[in-house]
Amino acid sequence: MTGEHVPCDKCEELLHGYLDRTLSDEEVAQAEEHLDGCDYCRRRYRFEDSLRTYIRVAAVERIPTGLMARLEQLRTDGPGAA
Amino acid sequence: MDEVEPDTEARRLAGQARDRVRFEEEALALADQVYRVARRMVSTREEAEDLVQDTYARAFRSWQSYTPGTNLRAWLLRILTNLNLDRGRRIQRRPDETPLDEGDYYLANRLAEQAGEQTLDQDRAVERLSQDSIVNALAGISDDFRDVVVLVDIGEFSYADAAQILDVPIGTVMSRLHRGRKALRQALAEEAA
Repeated sequence: MTGEHVPCDKCEELLHGYLDRTLSDEEVAQAEEHLDGCDYCRRRYRFEDSLRTYIRVAAVERIPTGLMARLEQLRTDGPGAA
Repeated sequence: MDEVEPDTEARRLAGQARDRVRFEEEALALADQVYRVARRMVSTREEAEDLVQDTYARAFRSWQSYTPGTNLRAWLLRILTNLNLDRGRRIQRRPDETPLDEGDYYLANRLAEQAGEQTLDQDRAVERLSQDSIVNALAGISDDFRDVVVLVDIGEFSYADAAQILDVPIGTVMSRLHRGRKALRQALAEEAA
């Protein structure tokens, strides 16, 4: 596929789109071609990928059991009642 | 109970009761996921609990406006988001929040700098971010940004679902997500310092 070799600046702009899978085919090719030969950007792409996973996990709090019990109580007259 | 042939109305009521039970069970099965999103949208655990409780009270009252087979989690979050708005939002933007004109490698570079690394150790860099720093950084960005970042990056909703939940155009979701992520990473860089 012919296309320009992009510099690190451009590869940086493509980061989120790449991970979100919203880039055009050409942009994906540009990013991957650059990443193949650039340790600097490769490390940063991996960082962002790990960061996203970490944010998802670190931000989770489980529902308190007291609240869950109160939600159950909101059901009118218990299951099956007409 | 007599095994008398039920008339149409009794049959209808029994069917409706079954539908409601099924709805309630499906909704309650999502409570943990709903709470997870709610908790990150508001400041305190108390607020999150009140919000989720009010959401389910409303959901159970208006269960018939839910179309079975559609995204129930999004439907519940829509109620929750509206209730959150009704409560009166906090300031839209923090006064000292100046959007950075930095690129998307900013946080990685700052973390490498802080660790005195010439070459970024990308795994160690993430590990240096505490759970608290994530929570605090999220709480510090403006409401509009946080709503979208929480829905998409934590709740894992699609852009389309997030747009429906927030009742904004999909372009607005994408714009706020981009800027919200940037603001979050900037806040993380400050937290880690």
